Amino acid sequence: MEIPEELKFTEDHEWVLVEDDIVTVGITDFAQESLGDIVFVELPNVGAKVDAGKAFGVVESVKAVSDVYAPISGQVVEINEELPDAPEVINTSPYEDGWMVKIKVEDLADLDDLMDANAYQEFLENED
Amino acid sequence: MNEIGTRGLALNEKLIFEHSRTGRRGFSLPELDVPEASLPGELTRDEMDGLPEVSEVEVVRHFTRLSSWNYGVDSGFYPLGSCTMKYNPKVNETAAQKAGLALIHPYTPAALSQGAMEIIYKLEQMLGEISGFPAITVHPAAGAHGELTGMMVIRAFHEKQGNPRRKVLIPDTAHGTNPASAVLCGYEVVSISSDGYLAAEEVAAHMDDEVAALMITNPNTLGLFEKEIVEICAAVHAKGGLVYCDGANMNALLGVCKPADLGIDVMHFNLHKTFSTPHGGGGPGAGPVGVTKELEPFLPHPRIQLKKDHYAWDVNRPDAIGRLRAFHGNFGILVRAYTYIRMLGADGLRRTSEMAVLNANYIRARLEPHYHLPYKQRSLHEVVFSEQNLKGGCHTMDAAKRLIDYGFHPPTVYFPLVVKGAIMIEPTETETRESIDEFCDAMIQIAKESEENPALLKMAPVKTRTRRMDEALAARKPKLRWVKEEKKN
Repeated sequence: MEIPEELKFTEDHEWVLVEDDIVTVGITDFAQESLGDIVFVELPNVGAKVDAGKAFGVVESVKAVSDVYAPISGQVVEINEELPDAPEVINTSPYEDGWMVKIKVEDLADLDDLMDANAYQEFLENED
Repeated sequence: MNEIGTRGLALNEKLIFEHSRTGRRGFSLPELDVPEASLPGELTRDEMDGLPEVSEVEVVRHFTRLSSWNYGVDSGFYPLGSCTMKYNPKVNETAAQKAGLALIHPYTPAALSQGAMEIIYKLEQMLGEISGFPAITVHPAAGAHGELTGMMVIRAFHEKQGNPRRKVLIPDTAHGTNPASAVLCGYEVVSISSDGYLAAEEVAAHMDDEVAALMITNPNTLGLFEKEIVEICAAVHAKGGLVYCDGANMNALLGVCKPADLGIDVMHFNLHKTFSTPHGGGGPGAGPVGVTKELEPFLPHPRIQLKKDHYAWDVNRPDAIGRLRAFHGNFGILVRAYTYIRMLGADGLRRTSEMAVLNANYIRARLEPHYHLPYKQRSLHEVVFSEQNLKGGCHTMDAAKRLIDYGFHPPTVYFPLVVKGAIMIEPTETETRESIDEFCDAMIQIAKESEENPALLKMAPVKTRTRRMDEALAARKPKLRWVKEEKKN
């Protein structure tokens, strides 16, 4: 199971890449593996406001429909336009081509609540 | 082992369009005995593109073959957890097909439809007796429609009090449709976690005066009766909230426990689950809703009243949430449920639940040595295993597909979500000991196969007309209609 060092993670299995005040968000390798083949993705519109801990999108797999939760509050500045037509990219490349949204962060201090790769690894081990 | 799954004479069948040959006909018309009239040119076309031209025998064989691909409770065991796929007695059909019931027009005046009104009224009374609720509406056309009705009633009640409130609490063991029903009524869903059972303390911790209701499924989707249900209802009521119960699992409680006595305020029934009306191809169903006396004024109209010596429609109900459905619900389904209840009587209904619970626990006892049971608490009418004990890298989906080779419809899989790779089995009361044993034998054999020959499981089904489908591709790139190929020059 891949857990890139440079990312931060939530307990809901989203990953976050921080670049200044813009964060890129997607779901982790563990999340895509648990969901199975993803067949549908719903993303917010550019400009939408998202609240930390609240659902901003939906992924549907052959097994289940799941909400995707915003790891942080802010405004959506870009979405991955490819995903609705090629949801399988989340399965094949969860950390790169499968990114979901970019969010302009309101308060960078909120990022301190997220886990680093080591902490997420530990979290996964305890969860099973 | 008695294997009922065989290859047999399973016929393939093309699309009806692919049978088409220009000029072939399956009908003959009598000779014209009136002068022929011609349509204006702009209304006619030279060619009927894509209309299949086939003979009568081709049409008959086409649809007969397709019908042989069906699998239903009349073909065999159908242990879909949470769906209560019990056998539907044929006497229900006999009653529903009586001319006076099957042919009555919904606009027939009340004076001429007293019999039909009496059936609806008495069905309401019987469902009231079974559940303890003083008022029932039979209008909703499905379980989720019942949820919507119930949540609209709850919202109307709070609005009447001056504040519709904002939130609805839903535990992670509730039915999947509950959050959607709450959202449709304008509520924000707050998910609460449980450890098999929902704790009253956990509910109390989430309660405030912005919580409109708790939506709970009892017994829950793990088949567990919520043992703190009375305290849970009290915690919700303490803050002015109401308790909605998803009654989809009522098949475990008939004649044993009345939900209204537990403190529930609103509950829907699934007549197509508990009361043996057909699940059909997604309908028609019926999802009657029972409410407390306090909530009765908000039920949809019209309602039937028993006057001194006749039944009448009561449409003068200012607080009603309005009409939920044209006319009076799926009447044919109501007749079937009425028949079922009358055939069984009170003792028979109680025995139904006892046998449903016994059958599920028998399966649990036989399969527990072979399949991982994540929640060990005493379950009722269904039992949920996980994929943990499958060997050779096999998953729930592989076991489910392999079950088809043994001639069984797979159980519900990957639900509830709180169990990893859930295998959710609900046998219902209508199966014999023999058919349940055959199913358990197959499940045990599959567990062994996962150890000895996992490749076989991953290939399954191997005996069917078509092999394993690519479900992901079907969902990502669905082909929903036939498209005529371009003519080759």
